[in-house]
Amino acid sequence: MIALSDYLIVAAILFSVSIAGIFLNRKNVLLLLMCIELVLLAVNINFIAFSHFLGDVNGQIFVFFILTVAAAEAAIGLAILVVLFRTRRTINVADLDTLKG
Amino acid sequence: MSFEKFLFYLFAALMVGAAVMVITRRNPVHSVLFLVLAFFNAAGLWMLAEAEFLAIALVLVYVGAVMVLFLFVVMMLDINLAELRAGFVRNAPVALIVAVVMMAELAVVLGPSRFGLDSYAAPSHRPADYNNTAELGMALFTQHLYAFEIAAVILLVGIVAAISLTLRRRPDTKYLDPGRQVTVKAEDRLRVIRMESEERD
Amino acid sequence: MMETILLAIVLAPLTGSAIAGLFRNQVGRAGAHWVTILGVGISCALSLYVFYLYAFEDAPVYNESVYTWMVVDGLRMEVGFLIDRLTAMMMAVVTFVSLMVHIYTIGYMAHEDGYQRFFSYIALFTFSMLMLVMSNNFMQLFFGWEAVGLVSYLLIGFYFKKESAIFANLKAFLANRVGDFGFVLGIAAVAMYMGTLDYAEAFERAPALAQTSISVWGDQVWSLMTVICILLFIGAMGKSAQVPLHVWLPDSMEGPTPISALIHAATMVTAGIFMVARMSPLYELSETALSFVMVIGATTAFFMGLIGVIQNDIKRVIAYSTLSQLGYMIAALGASAYAAGLFHLMTHAFFKALLFLGAGSVIIGMHHDQDIRNMGGMRKFMPVTHWTFLIGTLALIGFPGFAGFFSKDAIIEAVHESRILGSDYAHWMLVAGVFVTALYSFRLYFIVFHGQGPRRFEPHHEAHDEDGGAEAVVHHEVHDEPLPHESPKVVTVPLILLAIPSIVIGYMAIGPMLFGDFFDGVISVAAIHDTLGEIHFEGPMGFLLHGLTGIPIFLAAAGAFVAWYVYMRRPIIATDLVTRFDWLYGILDRKYGFDAFNQIVFAGGSRLLGKFLWQVGDRVVIDGAVVNGSAHSVGWVASVVRYLQTGYLYHYAFAIIIGLLGLLSWFVIR
Repeated sequence: MIALSDYLIVAAILFSVSIAGIFLNRKNVLLLLMCIELVLLAVNINFIAFSHFLGDVNGQIFVFFILTVAAAEAAIGLAILVVLFRTRRTINVADLDTLKG
Repeated sequence: MSFEKFLFYLFAALMVGAAVMVITRRNPVHSVLFLVLAFFNAAGLWMLAEAEFLAIALVLVYVGAVMVLFLFVVMMLDINLAELRAGFVRNAPVALIVAVVMMAELAVVLGPSRFGLDSYAAPSHRPADYNNTAELGMALFTQHLYAFEIAAVILLVGIVAAISLTLRRRPDTKYLDPGRQVTVKAEDRLRVIRMESEERD
Repeated sequence: MMETILLAIVLAPLTGSAIAGLFRNQVGRAGAHWVTILGVGISCALSLYVFYLYAFEDAPVYNESVYTWMVVDGLRMEVGFLIDRLTAMMMAVVTFVSLMVHIYTIGYMAHEDGYQRFFSYIALFTFSMLMLVMSNNFMQLFFGWEAVGLVSYLLIGFYFKKESAIFANLKAFLANRVGDFGFVLGIAAVAMYMGTLDYAEAFERAPALAQTSISVWGDQVWSLMTVICILLFIGAMGKSAQVPLHVWLPDSMEGPTPISALIHAATMVTAGIFMVARMSPLYELSETALSFVMVIGATTAFFMGLIGVIQNDIKRVIAYSTLSQLGYMIAALGASAYAAGLFHLMTHAFFKALLFLGAGSVIIGMHHDQDIRNMGGMRKFMPVTHWTFLIGTLALIGFPGFAGFFSKDAIIEAVHESRILGSDYAHWMLVAGVFVTALYSFRLYFIVFHGQGPRRFEPHHEAHDEDGGAEAVVHHEVHDEPLPHESPKVVTVPLILLAIPSIVIGYMAIGPMLFGDFFDGVISVAAIHDTLGEIHFEGPMGFLLHGLTGIPIFLAAAGAFVAWYVYMRRPIIATDLVTRFDWLYGILDRKYGFDAFNQIVFAGGSRLLGKFLWQVGDRVVIDGAVVNGSAHSVGWVASVVRYLQTGYLYHYAFAIIIGLLGLLSWFVIR
């Protein structure tokens, strides 16, 4: 049988991989956004697993809202990316240092 | 090993592998495609956890809309990949260490000792006529109605924001307004004048 | 009626001072001296009237407050007058000498700048001194005490463009600060233990505290009265220039000569003597304090006189003489012979003022040259000055019949009769001091008034060139000056007026003041300390005849003779002695090293401390560490924190992840 810990560990691995992705692709906003999607996915897997094992549908409601917010976030993030690229001709995070102290 | 468990490991392995590919591919288009794969496998895992509606929604909404949007943007932008990859190798050990340490710690915390079958017994399978969508709908439209409506507003704001961010007026283009084109009349364009004929000299 | 008179006495000089000082351009030179002389004249006339009332009419003691300044926790701070015979005598002396000096100044300062300022100061001084002596409480005493110190400071530095004058007035001020610190501590002790600042109340409560002991320093337990008396006496040591706080008085001769006469000989420096006499009910309760007072006084009397023998500045000789005579007075106080001390104070005021004014007259004649080695034979040019100066000198050394004879003999006798600790030492010091006094007095007299005509006006005088050529060169340039001549009437008249009491006041006053009932009820002397009562007195003539058989008179004669022989007959002996006893001469010339000690230890130490505080305390700690340091540390912290605030998104992300990792680790390890 599949244990709860199996789901959780898979989610943890996915989470760690996406964190490593944030590290590795720290200059590429596009990939950062993708890694954030992966992080959210890992969290969603946790919610689904707990919902399943605790028999509570509210976990799935959470996932539903997270998906909603993630979609909105992705849409706005990509819109910002497009605007950024239009004005700066780059999506390199290292070049976005207008706020640098 | 039951078939169910086999499916679980298959989906899990594919998902993690796809995620690793996402973060290591040089070409963002490939990354997006591997992301799609990861989402598909996640949907499979959700299906195993009997969250059928969300699994389908993930495929339809996420893969169908959001990931396509990603793909769209990636292909639209003319990105200098070499520059973005700078420091990739240099950061790799750090990233690996951080990821491994975190993974190990998470595994310790979330491992079978705490969340194994002894603590959380596997629930019995739902009957064949169980309707996940109906149950979710019941919860969503009764208990979480306000949250649902707020989510709707958030989506609307997301749409408006995305449009207003990317919208730009370009007066210098040769763009034609179809509405004005349709409503144009002959007298707007053509003026008939009457004049005396002139002799050729 | 009495209150009006007293207020007039005090306020008339103040008004004169204010007018001369604040409206100096409006009143002009003549206006300044008229208005101040008028003020001091009124004051003097009324003081003499008051003196007459108390001395001859037996007026009752007047002790009233005229104004309450403030009341703090039951401690009343008032302005009030206590008039008895002691005060009346002091008032008469102060105002009379002051008036003489005012008149004399017209002549002395005739060609100086700051004429109005000078008159304003000395009238202000008269006011301050009157406030001091007429006070009926410690608060006002302290006010007068400080006010005379301030005026003294201003007047020593009267020639404020002269560096030595500024040095001298600062020195006087600082030396007096040391004394005043003790004084104010003494007043504080009085206020603390007796709960009052009023003389009469304090004296009333003092006997009850006679056996009280306080711990002064750690486990040291002292009698309260001893502590109070010694603290108050430290103030007197500063003001009356007793060893070791005497250092300022010789230097104060940088001030104009009338000031030396008025403040630094006749009146202000006697404030300490007056104060101790006024506090006699307290001093009688502490034999330790009396011993201390006597030893200090006797030491000053002898050793300061010795320095006078080798001084070459006419005013400095008289200044050391003043120190020595103040020592006599203090020693008399220590022997509980307050009346003798006050008597000597009075006679000394007359003849010392006379000597100073005479010296000033000589200085005028010498065109403001004060070096006695440039003088000589002045008697031919200044007969009035010469005769009055001689009278002053005779009075000073105690020539039989002159004022100083009676007062000084009475002091020596009283100390001889005293049985407290240190009285034998004091007695021999004072007796030896008589010889020294005669020696330096007649040395001065002979060198200045006898011998070869003024050397300053002779061509090629090389007699005193041991000081080096530079001084001689300066003197060679003044050969064509007019020869000295007698000073104007405004100078000579005060000399004559002062010469008269210098001769007769001793004979007239010794009976009632020392052995009569003049100070009854004013000065209290415990029966066991009553040294004056031990002296067998049969009228002034008897005292005179008795004095002729004593040691002091022969010592005085010997001193005068030695001075004549060494300085007139065989001047070679003087130079010979200097070379033979050059170690002794060196010690005296360095004034026992007090100046050097103060200069190195206190001045140098203060400067070192100041430099340390400036370099380390101010520049390093305050400027460096606190002011700039805080700015720098903010800048430094900011420059470090700056690295946290890179503006790069991935740095923030990294920080979040590290934080998450830390949190997780905590979970795991816990």
